[in-house]
Amino acid sequence: MSSQALVEIRDVNFAYDSRPILKGVNLTFPKGKVIAVMGGSGCGKTTLLQLIGGALKPSSGYVKVDGQVIHELDHKGLYHMRRRMGMLFQFGALFTDMSVYDNVAFQMREHTDLPEEIIRDLVLMKLNAVGLRGTHNLMPAELSGGMARRVALARTVALDPMLIMYDEPFAGLDPISLTVVGNLIRSLNDALGATSVVVTHDVQESLKIVDYIYFIADGVVVAEGTPAEISSSDKPFVHQFVHGEMDGPVPFHYPSSNYEQDLNLRPGR
Amino acid sequence: MTIVENLRFLGHRIVNAVWRIGFASRFFILILFYSGTSFRRFQLTIKELFSSGVMSLIIILVAGTFVGMVLGLQGYETLKRYGSESALGSLVALSLVRELGPVLAALLFASRAGSAMTAEIGLMKATEQISAMEMMAINPIARVVAPRFWAGVISMPLLSALFSAMGVFGGYVVGVVLIGVDQGSFWSQMQAGVDFKHDIVNGMIKSFVFGVAVTAIALFEGYDAPPTAEGVSGATTRTVVESSLTILFLDFILTAFMFQGE
Amino acid sequence: MKRTTLDLWVGIFVVAGLAALAVLALKVGNLSTYNMSETYQLQAHFSNIGGLKPQASIKSSGVLVGRVAQISLDPERYEAKVTMTIDKRYQFPKDTFANIMTSGLLGEQYIGLIPGGDEAFLKAGDEIKKTQSAVVLEDLISRFLYSKAEDSKQPNK
Ligand SMILES: Nc1ncnc2c1ncn2[C@@H]1O[C@H](COP(=O)(O)OP(=O)(O)OP(=O)(O)O)[C@@H](O)[C@H]1O
Ligand SMILES: [Mg+2]
Repeated sequence: MSSQALVEIRDVNFAYDSRPILKGVNLTFPKGKVIAVMGGSGCGKTTLLQLIGGALKPSSGYVKVDGQVIHELDHKGLYHMRRRMGMLFQFGALFTDMSVYDNVAFQMREHTDLPEEIIRDLVLMKLNAVGLRGTHNLMPAELSGGMARRVALARTVALDPMLIMYDEPFAGLDPISLTVVGNLIRSLNDALGATSVVVTHDVQESLKIVDYIYFIADGVVVAEGTPAEISSSDKPFVHQFVHGEMDGPVPFHYPSSNYEQDLNLRPGR
Repeated sequence: MTIVENLRFLGHRIVNAVWRIGFASRFFILILFYSGTSFRRFQLTIKELFSSGVMSLIIILVAGTFVGMVLGLQGYETLKRYGSESALGSLVALSLVRELGPVLAALLFASRAGSAMTAEIGLMKATEQISAMEMMAINPIARVVAPRFWAGVISMPLLSALFSAMGVFGGYVVGVVLIGVDQGSFWSQMQAGVDFKHDIVNGMIKSFVFGVAVTAIALFEGYDAPPTAEGVSGATTRTVVESSLTILFLDFILTAFMFQGE
Repeated sequence: MKRTTLDLWVGIFVVAGLAALAVLALKVGNLSTYNMSETYQLQAHFSNIGGLKPQASIKSSGVLVGRVAQISLDPERYEAKVTMTIDKRYQFPKDTFANIMTSGLLGEQYIGLIPGGDEAFLKAGDEIKKTQSAVVLEDLISRFLYSKAEDSKQPNK
């Protein structure tokens, strides 16, 4: 790929206990772009983000962010790196003992010496961007799932990170908020000059906003390309995914023993 | 075959227990190591002092009063047989200051505040709040765990002092006001019997140690809890059981050290 | 930084806890009678101290004047050596009499000081020469039984 790479993932293998999840994946996220990572449920997308964030360590290969190998950083270096990353968790992970306002202000208070008036303005700006300025006095328990995710999104970008990772930003949103959030991801990325990774199942929405798409299945990258290439692709896998077909190379089932055996049916009857 | 299986199971349990102890020790050291924030930003600790100390006040005050009243009643019945009712004050105060104050306050604290701490940390972990904090480059041990630890350690001696004071008051109400033991001898025998260094300071040392033990167990169980509903509820139960046993065991050890040769 | 109601509650809690501690120290305990800097020590030997313990009171005419600091066995005289801490405000004549007494029939044991008539006072580190040991209940009983037996023997003769 042309421009400078912010994130390079090279031959990364990863296994939980002895169950391999990623088997030698290679991805490159160029600076300033919005990249989508897609794949079936449970194929290891969240795991991939955790590898980038340094929460997990690859069993072989490496993840390089801004020229530094993540798993070789010490505690201090890793924390320094994470200050420049933002991660939207799949389930929001808002701090339940703080108000919406305090959630968004959290990192500003922890990491900067900004006076409270400026923090206030910044928080309201971020909340306004996700359309929830009116909720700043509420507690997370008083929000709906979709609202909580949008607050979490505001919190993720609170410190204007250089790398923003979104884990399923579109799940549980109504069509209007979905379009708003999609456009927001795009405009935030361009306004901040950041690089964004969007993990999602929502093919149609992501085709509209991203620059490049990776498909992961069975622990490897099975397809990649720009939205135009993906839409017109005739690879059976991509075709199945883009058009949401039930039958195809992507298995719906978690690997398991023979269904008929499980149900005590004699095979071949 | 079954013997081998049983042995394997037992071995597994033992290895697991040792593993947990090792992890718990490392966790405890980390709390101490990352305690700077709790004092530099004391506001964090004050917030936890509210939820562990202030919220335990009612139960401690009420329980202390009743325990003192029972002591007054039972003590009077026993002392009357030997004609030494005047020693009631000393009996009530000594039992409270040396044993019942620190131990009962710690047991109540474990089930009131300790279990809440475990559930809170466990849920924060289950809902990925701890991971989110780590991803924000904020150390959850420094930011979330250590302030709770110090709040517990500060609260415990204060709560135990309140418990004992209320207990003495309860004993006074029953002994002097209701039964009619002579007021002067009640207080003077108490003062003659209770030594500041030997009894009160040692009692405070006990409750400090209990405070460290209870909060460390509660926080560890929360941090170590499997991130599920059953995981958190199991951890909460374990906190109460483990800290109660630890309190009683430590009480025995400390008593043996403090009041030996007497 | 703003003050909050939360701070107020925590403040009330801390003040109440410290107040309880002060009550325990002054009203329940004996901190008010502690004057560590203003004490001096005396010694005394007893052939039997009975149940006397460290921290036991030392009284004169029923007034608390000090406490037993230490009890040990004198290896030369095979007698109990008791070190007493006495309040500086109270001075006792050289021929003071130290007596181990019991409060009530089964109560705590304490040392009673009965002043003599000497002009000179005991100084720090001095020894009280005139002592009387504890009354041991078993001794009393056996002495009583013995004299009973003696009594009953006599008329038989
Ligand atoms: N802590 C864990 N311990 C063991 N296995 C795990 C753990 N977390 C995830 N897995 C397994 O790793 C695999 C990949 O998980 P991951 O969360 O990365 O999936 P995902 O691609 O994000 O799926 P989804 O789209 O449903 O969120 C799953 O099969 C899951 O069972
Ligand atoms: Mg996921």
